[in-house]
Amino acid sequence: MTDLKKAKAYKSEVKPIWCPGCGDFSVLSALTKAFAFLELAQQDLAVISGIGCSSRIPAYLSSYGFHGIHGRALAIAAGLKLARPELTVVAAGGDGDGFSIGGNHFLHACRRNLDMTYIVMDNEVYGMTKGQASPTTHPDWTASKLTPHGTGVRPFQPAAIALASGASFIARAFSGDPNGMTKLIIDAIKHPGFSFIHALSPCPTFRPEQKQWKNQVQKYEHEPTDDPVIAATRLYSDDGMSTGLIFQSKYPAWHRTDVEQASITQFEEEFLV
Amino acid sequence: MSVQNCTHSIAITGSGGSGAITVGNMLLQQAAKNGLYGIMRRSVGPQIRGGESAALLRLSAQPVACPDDRFDLLVAFDWNNADRFALEIPLDSKSLIITDPGSGSIPDVIRQSGATVIEIPLHSMASEISGGRINMVGLGLITSLLNLSAETAVDAITSTLVKKGKEAVEASVNCFFAGFNYQTDLKLSCPTLVVQQKTARWNISGNEAAALGALQGGVRFVAAYPITPASEVLEWLSPRLEKIGGTLLQAEDELASINMVVGASFGGVTSLTATSGPGLSLMSEGIGLAVASEIPLVVINVTRGGPSTGIPTKSEQSDLNIAIYGMHGDAPHLVVAPQSISDCVDTTRWAVQLAETLQTPAIVLSDQFLGQSRSITSVPESPGLPKTRVIAKAVTDSSYQRYAITDSGVSPMAIPGIAGCGYTADGLEHKASGQPSSIATDHHDQLDKRQHKLSSFDFGENWADSHGAGSVAIITWGSTTAAALEAAQRLQQMGQPVKVISIRLLAPAQVIKMENELAGITQLLVVEQSHSQQFYHYLRAHYTLPVNVSVYAKPGPLPITPGVICNALQQMVGEAS
Repeated sequence: MTDLKKAKAYKSEVKPIWCPGCGDFSVLSALTKAFAFLELAQQDLAVISGIGCSSRIPAYLSSYGFHGIHGRALAIAAGLKLARPELTVVAAGGDGDGFSIGGNHFLHACRRNLDMTYIVMDNEVYGMTKGQASPTTHPDWTASKLTPHGTGVRPFQPAAIALASGASFIARAFSGDPNGMTKLIIDAIKHPGFSFIHALSPCPTFRPEQKQWKNQVQKYEHEPTDDPVIAATRLYSDDGMSTGLIFQSKYPAWHRTDVEQASITQFEEEFLV
Repeated sequence: MSVQNCTHSIAITGSGGSGAITVGNMLLQQAAKNGLYGIMRRSVGPQIRGGESAALLRLSAQPVACPDDRFDLLVAFDWNNADRFALEIPLDSKSLIITDPGSGSIPDVIRQSGATVIEIPLHSMASEISGGRINMVGLGLITSLLNLSAETAVDAITSTLVKKGKEAVEASVNCFFAGFNYQTDLKLSCPTLVVQQKTARWNISGNEAAALGALQGGVRFVAAYPITPASEVLEWLSPRLEKIGGTLLQAEDELASINMVVGASFGGVTSLTATSGPGLSLMSEGIGLAVASEIPLVVINVTRGGPSTGIPTKSEQSDLNIAIYGMHGDAPHLVVAPQSISDCVDTTRWAVQLAETLQTPAIVLSDQFLGQSRSITSVPESPGLPKTRVIAKAVTDSSYQRYAITDSGVSPMAIPGIAGCGYTADGLEHKASGQPSSIATDHHDQLDKRQHKLSSFDFGENWADSHGAGSVAIITWGSTTAAALEAAQRLQQMGQPVKVISIRLLAPAQVIKMENELAGITQLLVVEQSHSQQFYHYLRAHYTLPVNVSVYAKPGPLPITPGVICNALQQMVGEAS
């Protein structure tokens, strides 16, 4: 669907640190294809991330980028978008970065509804620190030395939490379906508000069993809804492996209020005795 | 003390909601209209309503910037919670106390001062007027004692209460005159402050002043989380930023606010946040990110009593260590401190300009005393145009290097929108291009670059203020400067010349400039408001001090006043001779 040559122009010369077979390669590729499809100028595009394997993604792109600190991608992205509303701002990162250390920002980014896109590459593990459980890890996963009996904690439900927090665009994508992901990223960027893509992106190193995901994912049969009650029912009744656009609403996006203009000299005069 | 140097220190106290602070604000306004200078502190408890509340004023015909050692007059609307503020209102046998006989017996802690007590039926005077309030009777009494004009009081009442309607204004004015016309033979030591010449003056708080300085410096984006005692910075900025095309966002926490500021400044917009100790702790990692990724930003820290939640409504200088040393790794950045309420304008503006010029974070160390006190102060000089950061030019090849090593250490910063300069800002150590690197030479080069741009910069004369001469000196910083200056003035009158050095630029340290300042000083008194002598240890770490150094370090919440500094200095000089 997209000219691959054009997509390649969005890649930088930096070689990814990712392991062979990492799902994040497909996300990177889908991002560049979406940018190319939308014909976004590199200089008007900023990709913002936190810390983790997937958070390395800005350096692999030729746009502007910020590889910030753990958990704060959405805060940096929000500041940039508020200061420079005309830019296309995409935040990206992993499940630990977005849902654990950055969890509070996720809730508030959803409800603030700034016009930006957030892609979380979820592999249910902390890869950069060599394989610990993340908020989306299932409770009986025992392969980490840190939680040898499993976490025993119910996994975080990213899409349902985004819905409850007021996100206006919620989709799930799978790195094994790069075309489907590209289309969702295009729609997400075009959406005038906060768009969240929960991207299932397997870790072949610490979660080799995720190679089976390609046999487990399925596309949503339903059309997307703008009714949060219907969306919630669907989200609670699927197994978290269904992909596609789940929910899209017209909640108003944050925008600057027009007010009467004044000068700093006028403010100074307020203090005069 | 000569009449010329006479000042009036007045405390107005009552339970929260009694209107003590309102009277204080009106009195300050009136004093200003009468050509006087003044400063008003607020002493309030943590309760939203019903706790103690006190307006603590000092009025003078000359500029005045710190509290005195004692109070001339205490007007107490009730004695509830008197034990909580008694220590903040030192009284003596020359002081007057005005209270209502119906308010119960005067607490021992107040009575023991030996002050003259005058009982006036404030409550019944107020109750004779429909809608009358005791605090306005008090305002009338004080106005009459100070020989201030009734007309300016009525102006102050009207402008303050106009929103409450005509009846409220009328009731208050009537109460005011009941107090104003009350016949007493009370006299203050110098009932009339003699104004030499009326000059243009501002009525401003330190938090407002810092906010104004930020705008003058070019700040157009603010993200912050509410916190006592910094919130007024944000409340003042919010509507005004909108009117000059800027944005203020209330963030979900301080982790968000500092990182939003990083993002906005990365986008090329001059950005700032304001907080207090607990928020500064949360922001430390984000400030470190700004150091590493060379993003200019300003953090105004209005220090309160610490550690932890500490004493949110009271002042201290105990965030010095975290401001200077709070970041992990080698993280050179700027720390500046305003020395008075009006200096909050200039120092905050300077911080913005330094941050922008040097592409690094600047922390402005204000405190609750400066931030929440209001002052009648001379109008500051008009500032020049804001300095801006060095921005990269568009290129058509891949030559742009965000972190290029340059002579000054500052490299042109690309901002989104500039073609050909796309780069990834990074908290990871990086090469000149911005690409992550853990190679030793890259780390050393970038550490040197970030250090060098600060150490090679000429900060000019603003780094410190120095007053007077001699071999005996006081060294201090921030809000204790005013008390040190007044102490030096008193000592001078007693025949003891004292030099006062107050450091405005706390980081980076200015070793050569300090060496010049300290040349010929044989005895040095360090004055600071912290328990662990943070400033003294800072001085020891960075500067060569004279052999004879004494330290006067007291934590909050009580202010450091000129008298105690005089005593400490006389003791130091006495011991040496």
